[in-house]
Amino acid sequence: MQEQLLKDSYSVCAGEYQTAGDASASIKRKLKQLGIDSTILRRIAVASYEAELNLIIHSQGGELMMEMTPVQIKLISKDVGPGIADVSQALKEGFSTASEEARDLGFGAGMGLPNMKRNADSFDIQSELGVGTTIEMGFQLK
Amino acid sequence: MTIRDLIPILDAKVLCGETDLDQEVRSACGSDLMSDVLAFVKDKAILITGLTNVHVMRTAEMLDIHCVIFARGKIPPEDVLEEAREIGIVVLATEYTNYTTCGLLYEAGIRGSSLRSGA
Repeated sequence: MQEQLLKDSYSVCAGEYQTAGDASASIKRKLKQLGIDSTILRRIAVASYEAELNLIIHSQGGELMMEMTPVQIKLISKDVGPGIADVSQALKEGFSTASEEARDLGFGAGMGLPNMKRNADSFDIQSELGVGTTIEMGFQLK
Repeated sequence: MTIRDLIPILDAKVLCGETDLDQEVRSACGSDLMSDVLAFVKDKAILITGLTNVHVMRTAEMLDIHCVIFARGKIPPEDVLEEAREIGIVVLATEYTNYTTCGLLYEAGIRGSSLRSGA
């Protein structure tokens, strides 16, 4: 088990569009101060922002967590429902169940999960209807 | 090319970031869909958009986009400019449409930011 250097957790409320990005911006600023390479940092920021937006647009509320060890940064998004009916469909580009409200703001194009997967070095999603969804993403530092 | 060089090409107004106009510009992305911007943009890009909400600045911050150009005469609300100042993003406004803005910049040598952000 690697020594943990930094651990951060943010609760994200459903439907709180106005503050969307606050958690991801805070994560990005903290990691920037630690001198993380800008290319890796941008991948982490994009994945984190997509996860945060998903919590706001689709979930009934959840948490965005970041853990840093000397070799990797892990992002975990965990919500309390409603769960994804068909995960493989949700992972396809262009598939979206986002509301009109989300689309009016410039989101909900069905790029979120595929974009997280593309930016992370490792990606795992577990979802159960009526229970919730947990996404774990890993970013190698070395 | 720098942000300052874009101003005469687009007859643009500088809405904020007057002291940061000498930053280099390598590529551009034109979209009103922030989902697509998040999926396609690479480094040192500028964003041309007609969407004027605060999420444009948040998206720009995540991607290290340091210049946003609002096209078709749109001026964002003050809270959006406030967010841009806080993050340190230069904001320009032009009367040209998205299409013409992109065309003028392409003609000036700025190419698309077509690579996937994770690529």
